[in-house]
Amino acid sequence: MRRRYLAAVPHVIWMAVFVVVPLILVVIYAFTSATGGFTLENFKNMGSYMNVFVRSLWLAFLATIICLLIGYPLSYVLSKEGPGMQRVFIMLIMLPMWINFLLRTYAWMSILENTGLINRLLSSLGIFNLINRIFGTNITYIPLINTQGAVVLGMVYNYLPFMVLPIYSVIVKIDPSLIEAAQDLGAGSFTVFRRVILPLSLPGVLSGITMVFVPAVSTFIISKLLGGGTSILLGDLIEMQFLGNAYNPHLGSAISLIMMIIIMICMYVMNKFGEGEEQAVIM
Amino acid sequence: MKKPSIFGRLLMALVFIFLYAPIAVLIVFSFNSSKSRTVWTGFTFDWYVKLFQDTTIMNSLYVTLLVSVLAAVIATVAGTIAAVGIYNMKRSQRNAILALNNIPVINADIITGVSMSLLFVSAASVLTKLSLALSQLFGAKINLSFDLGFGTLLIAHITFNVPYVILSVLPKLRQLDNNLFEAAQDLGATWLQAFFKVIIPQIRPGIVNGLIIAFTMSIDDFVISYFTAGRVQTLSMTIYSMTKKRITPEINALSTLLFIVVLLMLIIINVRQASQEKKLKKNSSRSNELNEIIEYTKI
Repeated sequence: MRRRYLAAVPHVIWMAVFVVVPLILVVIYAFTSATGGFTLENFKNMGSYMNVFVRSLWLAFLATIICLLIGYPLSYVLSKEGPGMQRVFIMLIMLPMWINFLLRTYAWMSILENTGLINRLLSSLGIFNLINRIFGTNITYIPLINTQGAVVLGMVYNYLPFMVLPIYSVIVKIDPSLIEAAQDLGAGSFTVFRRVILPLSLPGVLSGITMVFVPAVSTFIISKLLGGGTSILLGDLIEMQFLGNAYNPHLGSAISLIMMIIIMICMYVMNKFGEGEEQAVIM
Repeated sequence: MKKPSIFGRLLMALVFIFLYAPIAVLIVFSFNSSKSRTVWTGFTFDWYVKLFQDTTIMNSLYVTLLVSVLAAVIATVAGTIAAVGIYNMKRSQRNAILALNNIPVINADIITGVSMSLLFVSAASVLTKLSLALSQLFGAKINLSFDLGFGTLLIAHITFNVPYVILSVLPKLRQLDNNLFEAAQDLGATWLQAFFKVIIPQIRPGIVNGLIIAFTMSIDDFVISYFTAGRVQTLSMTIYSMTKKRITPEINALSTLLFIVVLLMLIIINVRQASQEKKLKKNSSRSNELNEIIEYTKI
């Protein structure tokens, strides 16, 4: 059978119809008006949403950095556990991903609310009374929910596993003899980390960053639930144009297009950055 | 390597508290006797009983399970066939197809969802106009159009599942000895027999992983379903519409049940894999499932 490659033809057609054509439609919608003519109006109108773009990128950036700062050391520590423990811990990291993420985020609402669990705990410990007595203030809660901090927390919570798994998988594959060789050659533990472990784990870090940043920059629920609608993000903006009150798929497509371009630029930069290291991940 | 330090252990403890605190809250308040989600008023199983009487939740659970099972099975069959085709392509062609294949994996869910909804809505409006024209032409009522609903939801799920199946089957095909297939044919097997009796058993771990991943992707999806399901509601969509008002503790009860099921499944899979690995005593002792998931992260 020389023509076994023909087995892929239905798949290619399917993907063309349901992936490529829809993306072309997004481009067409972005450059047309409701009446059907060519226009750049949609992109001009986007100017008023500049703050949303900046906020989305900034919060996604923060969430990615925090995920990296938690995820990298965690993966490193995990990789030093025995094989049995590693398996258990990795399972524990993946387990929350099977709980509906809306529910997990909703549970954070119960924790962070003004009358939520954290504020209740602080209040029952008498912290607020203490503060009020010292400073003469009259606070009964700390505002935790409906802040940008809460949105970042929701992003970190939901996407942390996406940072840990790729980094961990690269770190455990590092050949221990490389580390021993470095030590034999006189490197201290910090030098070993900087010169051997860090460069070898870079591919995992890069894919972790993209895997956190892309969903974070495009999320539209977390900001709604934890940000209280005060800090709408790009995802919310797009959602409003397609299913919300502000129905305008043309503007929505234009925003989607810009978001896609932002994501592609990020991926390109990441790939450039990680070039040469790539060999290490491709098995 | 030396054991983790106290600092390492502390970090791990903190992260796991962070990961499980909301889940613990979720589970605890599924037994709360009042509707409050912050004040504990007493223990009850009421929500578990009410859960099974709630038709909205039960219907959306049914839709979710049905679409996930159908999409996962169809995507697994289609993806395996496609993977065989892709494997037999020339390098340049293969890279092009794999780039195409990666689009839904890499792209933000919201863009996948929005772009597909544009396709479905445009197709429906074109078909509506066509039906109208045909109806006038033939003087009879012809309706070729469709509404967004279960069909479009299923198409969307299949579309984002197939790439994951291909990504988990391809590595297994690469490990395959090409001579096996020809040997089987030399021994008198037809093409189909060789495929089902030789190739499939060899790549089965990849297929099974693909199926599991496709199923979990489907069951967990909210964003793409939200834009493509029309009036049909999946469980995530029901929960989402509840978050606008107030989530009933029945949902907490449901997620507690799901959590237990998933936990049991993971334990069984891991115990099985652990015992298999002991048999194989392979050097690369990481679980297969993990490796497959990590495969995708190599964008």
